[in-house]
Amino acid sequence: MQKSGALINEEFVCDAPNDQKKKEPLAGNFKYMLIGIIFGIVFTKAEIISWFRIQEMFRLQSFFMYGVIGTAVVVGMISVFLIKKFNIKTISGEKIVFHDKVFNKGQIYGGLIFGLGWAMTGACPGPLFAQIGNGFIVVTITLASAIAGTWTFGYFKDKLPS
Amino acid sequence: MLELIRQPWHWAVAGVLIGLTVPTLLIIGNKSFGISSSLRHICAACFPADIPFFKYEWKKEIWNLFFVAGVLIGGFIANQFLSNPNTIVISESTITDLKALGITDFTNLMPADLFSVDNIFTLKGLFFFVIGGFMVGFGTRYAGGCTSGHAIMGLSTLQLPSLIATISFMVGGFLMTQLLLPLIFKLF
Repeated sequence: MQKSGALINEEFVCDAPNDQKKKEPLAGNFKYMLIGIIFGIVFTKAEIISWFRIQEMFRLQSFFMYGVIGTAVVVGMISVFLIKKFNIKTISGEKIVFHDKVFNKGQIYGGLIFGLGWAMTGACPGPLFAQIGNGFIVVTITLASAIAGTWTFGYFKDKLPS
Repeated sequence: MLELIRQPWHWAVAGVLIGLTVPTLLIIGNKSFGISSSLRHICAACFPADIPFFKYEWKKEIWNLFFVAGVLIGGFIANQFLSNPNTIVISESTITDLKALGITDFTNLMPADLFSVDNIFTLKGLFFFVIGGFMVGFGTRYAGGCTSGHAIMGLSTLQLPSLIATISFMVGGFLMTQLLLPLIFKLF
């Protein structure tokens, strides 16, 4: 993908890309905020943001988190299948874009590192934000450190095995 | 009705609602679900430091920052208006295991033994906030996604690399919980 005049040095590979061609006004982003709000309520009410739920999961002492993730994956799979099968378009009439992920060793090394951190903090990136919203002020430090971790990865990216 | 909402929600309810986020984001805006990208966009927006990895049009991806701001607000709303009046129910065996490690508070979503302001400048804070958070940010970006981008969006679209990443997340979590946490708790 070639973009003229843009700042992009490498092809932008993002795990959550925006593929909408039609430009959205800034205020249009509030609909994603609304989905985020619902998401934060679900995270909190199902207690997915609890450090204890993550401990139960990694100790195989509760089915709860496996149930949540398993159900979400099944619902996601069926949805994607239906979107592809019936060629469902976005509300602005665009074809929905799916991305194939390419294997690299980072998925193993990075995945292991994230897993280690997940069991300590009791949070993946989404729940970090919801924990802060729930008033666990110290998690702002965890979030700042996670941002620093992401930055450090970007800094050393080309020196890391991939 | 409010009584019912205030109770902890069943895993199936949460799973269905989280799963539905995938088609919702796709249909309303052709957006692929993934939360850890927000950390990268924050770096790109605030501290790009001429690093190629952070030189891209983050403004095009700003929806993701609106989304995570929403997650924070959602957490606040649930906590203020919909919170469970009872203490959290945790598996008995987990309580036994955690008591053996030195956890004493089982009343809230997070144990006060670890996640309290008093621990900020202690060894506990260093491990559970600073090092733990760093590994979450570094690891998710190195892996190219987190539980949402790989485990949910990636598996929903049948991506083998996402399965590999998800298994690695779980292996890392088991290693920390089963082998490293007992050693870390000995330091306190």
